[in-house]
Parts: sequence; C-alpha cells; structure tokens
Amino acid sequence: MSDSSVPATSGPEGLTTADGVPLKQSLNRAVRRSRLKALLLVAPLLIFIGLAFVMPIFDMLSRSVDNPEVSTYLPRTSESLTHWDGEGLPDEAAYAALAQDLEAGLKARNLGRVASRLNYEMSGMRSLFTKSARKAGRMEPPFKEALIKADKDWQDPDIWRLIKRESGLYTASYYLAAIDRQFSPTGEIVEKPEYLQIHVVLFIRTFWMSAVITGLALLLAYPVAWLLATLPAGRGNLLMILVLLPFWTSLLVRTTTWIAILQQQGVLNDMLVGVGLIAEEARIQMIYNKTGTIIAMTHILLPFMILPLYSVMKTIPPSYMHAARSLGAGPVTAFRRVYFPQTLPGIGAGSILVFILSIGYYITPALVGGQSGRFITNFIAYHMQTSLNWGLAAAIGSILLVVVILFYLVYNRLIGVDKVKLG
Amino acid sequence: MAIPSYATRGERIWHWVFCTLCALIFLFLIGPILVIIPLSFNAEPYFTFSDKMLSLDPEGFSLRWYQDFFTSDEWMRAIKNSIIIAVCATVLATVLGTLAALGLSSRFMPFRNTIMAILISPMIVPLIISAAAMFFFFSKLGLTQTYLGVILAHTALGIPFVVITVTATLSGFDHSLTRAAHSLGASPSRTFFRIILPLVTPGVVSGALFAFITSFDEVVVVLFIAGPAQTTIPIKMWSGIREEISPTILAVATLLVLVSIMLLATLEMIRRRNERLRGLTPS
Repeated sequence: MSDSSVPATSGPEGLTTADGVPLKQSLNRAVRRSRLKALLLVAPLLIFIGLAFVMPIFDMLSRSVDNPEVSTYLPRTSESLTHWDGEGLPDEAAYAALAQDLEAGLKARNLGRVASRLNYEMSGMRSLFTKSARKAGRMEPPFKEALIKADKDWQDPDIWRLIKRESGLYTASYYLAAIDRQFSPTGEIVEKPEYLQIHVVLFIRTFWMSAVITGLALLLAYPVAWLLATLPAGRGNLLMILVLLPFWTSLLVRTTTWIAILQQQGVLNDMLVGVGLIAEEARIQMIYNKTGTIIAMTHILLPFMILPLYSVMKTIPPSYMHAARSLGAGPVTAFRRVYFPQTLPGIGAGSILVFILSIGYYITPALVGGQSGRFITNFIAYHMQTSLNWGLAAAIGSILLVVVILFYLVYNRLIGVDKVKLG
Repeated sequence: MAIPSYATRGERIWHWVFCTLCALIFLFLIGPILVIIPLSFNAEPYFTFSDKMLSLDPEGFSLRWYQDFFTSDEWMRAIKNSIIIAVCATVLATVLGTLAALGLSSRFMPFRNTIMAILISPMIVPLIISAAAMFFFFSKLGLTQTYLGVILAHTALGIPFVVITVTATLSGFDHSLTRAAHSLGASPSRTFFRIILPLVTPGVVSGALFAFITSFDEVVVVLFIAGPAQTTIPIKMWSGIREEISPTILAVATLLVLVSIMLLATLEMIRRRNERLRGLTPS
C-alpha cells in the first residue's frame, strides 16, 4: 500500500479549502474515500471467491490431516488408552472399554466408519471389528479373555498401538500414504511394501510426462510463433486463426478426435494400412497408453505455448537480426546470440504455463491414457469416487496443489499474473 | 518471411524446409478438428472413413447421427442444462468480475496484487482439486446435485477470465475522461453508463464469452458435484466416450466446433471494433 501516487502537499501548512478544512486533511479524506470505494467494488467478488472457492480449498486441506473416526466412534477405548504406555498389552479397563464401544457402535451402526479408517492403516481391521462387534453384546468380564477368545488378534499389541496412535484428532498417515510411506507398528515412518507403492511412481510419471509434453510443445510452438510474428499482419492473422480455433474448441472434442485418429481401427492406422506401410494385423496401438496422452495433450496445450511466445517475438524488432547479419554473423550465430536470448521470457512464460496446466490435467489422461498414461490426478479421482478414501485424495491433492502454487509463484515473479494474455 | 534476393542456396533450402515444417505443425493443430467433421456424416457406426466415403459415394454419407442427437431426449436435456448453467454463471461472473476490475484498476486500491492473485486462483488450481474441494464443501451445505451448486462453481471458474480481460481493457483507460465527465457535472452513475461502460464493453464481452465457454465446456467439476438431473453436454460426451462409443458424439463434436468458430468470429469482431474506437486501422 503506497501512497506515492498521491501528490505531496508541498505548500505552506496554512492552506485551507473553501470551507476552512486544512488542505492536507481534505486530501487525506479524499484518498480514504477513493480507497474505500475501490474496496467496495471488489468486495462482492472477493467474498464470493472466498466462500465458493478459497474456503472449499482450505476445507480440503484440513481433510488431509483430519482424523475424527477413532476418537468419535471408540470414545471409551481411546480415553482409556491415553494412560497406556504402549508396552505389552493394555489393561483390562481398555478391553472393557473396547467391548462397550463395539457394542454401542454395532447398535448405532457407525462402527463401519472407524473400521474402514483403521483398515487403511492395517488390512484385516475391518473384518476384525465386524467379527468382534457381533459377539461384543454377549461378552462377560473379564473382557480381555472374552475379546481374545472372539478373535486372537486382540492379543497383538500392534493393533492396540494403532488404535492409540489414531486416537488423535489429527493424523499424518494420509500424507504418508500419499508418498507410499506408513507408520511401522512401533511408530516409525517406513516405506510401504513394494507392491503397494503406487503414488510416488505416479507423481514422478506425472512430472516427467508433463515435462515431455512441455518440451514437445516448445519445439513445435517456436517455429510457428516465429512465422506468425514475422509474417505481414494480414497473412499472420489468417494463420493465427489456425492456432486460435483449436484453442477455442472444446477439450472433449479434441480428445474425441484423437481417439478417432489414433485408435487401432482409426483413421491413421487405416491410412498406414491403405498405403501398405504396415500389415492389417500389425496395426499400431497409439492410444490408451503413454503415447496417446502425450500426443493429445501436446495438441491441447500447444496454443498455450504459441501465444506467449508470439507476444514476445512480436516485440523484437527485425532490425536487430539484420544488424547482426550485416555485421558478419552467420544465420546460426545471429539467431543464437541475438534473437534467441530475447525470446527467453516467452519460453519461460509458455513453459511454466504449459507445465502447470499439464500436471493438473485429468480428462485427457483419463480418456486416452489407458493404464500407462495415467496421471496422479486420475488417482485423486479414483480415491474420491471408487475407494472413497477421501483423506488420501485430499492429501494427494494438497501435495499437487503445493507444487502448482510454487510454479505459479515463479511465474508470477517472472511474468506477472495480470500479464496473462487470452486469445 | 520472403526470401531476399541475395540469399544463398543453403538459405533458400532452409527457407523451404522451415516452411514445410511450419505447415506440418499447422496441420497437427488443425487437422484433428477438420477430420472429425466429415467423419460425423459417416453412414456406418464407426469412427473411421468407410470405403464408400473415400470413393465419395453418397450412400456412404448420412445425417443419421445428427438425427440421433436432435431426437434424443437425453441430449436435448443436456443441451438445455448446459445453456441454463452457462448463462447463469456467465451473468454472475461478468457482473461481479467487472465491478471488481473497476475497483482493481483504481490507483487507490490497497493490497492490489494479493487480491488479484486470489481472484485469479480458480484458473491456476488444477480442476480436479477445485472439484474435490467444492464437492466436500458443497455437500456440507447441501449444494451438491443442485443447479445452484453447479452454477456457483462455474461462476467461480469463469471469474478469472472476466477479471483479466476487463482489467486489461481498463489498463489502457484514460482516467482524465472520467474526471472531465465529473467536472462537466455528470453524476457518478451517469459517468459510468455513458463514459466508462462503452469503453470497457469489448473487455466485458470477451470476458463474458470466456466465462461462457469455460462453463459450457467444463467436465470435471460437474462430474463431482452435479446429480443426474444436471447432466450437461460435456458430461454426456464424457460418459459416451468412456462407455459406448457412438458416432453421435462426433456429430455433437462437429456442432461444438461450429460454436467455437462462431465465438472466434465474435471475438475478432470485438477486437476490430475496439481498434477502430481507439483510432487505429484494424489489421
């Protein structure tokens, strides 16, 4: 907030307005009024975005550490475990509390939630809970023996340590799961068994494929942007339509057309078979795999690379290159030493933009990616819709969000968010 | 881009290589969109050109997929939903966004950059995250599976475009015009409607078009927060591509390409009008 734009009152202090108010005071009042007016204009939108967008995002972030299940649905057990030191087995009181909680939970039909919550941490917990709960109503003291008789897993101290650990209101275990780690029974952070390690691979694949897509887009965009920037305005505008039309065309339309072109019975394979380049049986699988994702997404994101490059190249006077050439530089040297360095801001802007957009893409990888071309976003959707592990979905989403925000800050630093050009 | 007369042979060759390269890239950009149009007239239920089509036999072509589309209750409902949702979201986003852009362009605006960053954030945050976040939050408020919920979500997604385009128009705005209006005795509202609005209209209209197409083309958020009653065109296409691939989708896609051509033409008209207003010769 700087007032540098407000002219300083340099005159003598005694100056007043017509109604006798000191000039400085009157000016300050006017500034305050203008500031309030500006804020009032922005306020409705700011409140709207706050309610409809920022709060949901924070709500999601909180879900990634939220852990209400154990303390809510096993209240007595988690209470009595607070005194337990984690050595050996807990005392009879804890077993009694558990038996009560199980019985109450069965009646209230909310045992499933805590059971599936604990099942995320240790498989088999769900069946242990349902099995024991059915018998809990008929149990008699001593509850320790009764529960162990119901299922001998209750004499496993690891299970008790797990319940104690997850009694807290907050947990780090969703984040650990998001990076393929977990708590060991003794509470240390260890890697998950290899066959369960999926998220890190997907994160790496997402970043790697986004980098490839960004690189390809840059490679394809550079010559086209150069052509557009150097052509006379009339023809340049005509060719610009070829860039803007895909930019404005529905994402689903473009993904659909790539399916029509690339699938095994598709246009491209038909053409290759038709001209005899490949045999009828040897049709190439170009979609529902990594190749499909890369081709379709490069196509979809290419305009986002061309437009910033074009707007930078447009500002480079052609006389610089002429000067370099007339001073004796060869075409390659002139390009490398004079033209290329001036396009670096455009390359930076386009690349960061395409990379940010790419790592967050969901629709295209889901439709044409098959197994090998999936992104981490597809796993967020999977945990949201199929496995219903919302905490894990929120944790993966939060990690992705942090990465995007970091790149966005770099972008903002380099280019400025209000300089984003649209069309 | 013309080759100068003194160009060496190597330069001439390079020039033609370069032009071919660019032509191929343009083909890559536009080809897929052009391929889908004839395919949508396929008489056979396939996603590829039949022999009859290639030999230009009229029997190979038919309008059956268009007929399919226009006679299907489900598609018609989807189109109605898409339009209702997009129009409501566009109106909301345009009104709120234009007001905010007016405030943001004031030189007295405090915390300008922070507020701008917050207002732009729906454009930056990956859609899947926005969708998940809105799903959690809206379900607490009972807004999932309602038109209101989808409209509010789409409004949030469309707002950055309105804010960006209108602030861009206002950045070249000459504030002495408003001062002149004031000093000539115009009331603030009169100044707004007679001086400011006509000059920022191009920005407002193109922002509104962006907001409209954002909503009209949006899948991910609808997928999470809409119920069956709010099915939109993109949702129908999404499930169509995933389940039974019917060429009806190609007909829809062709119609959507027409929509984008119309939008592009409208934007171009606005740009030319704007340049004329600023006293430039339209290029």
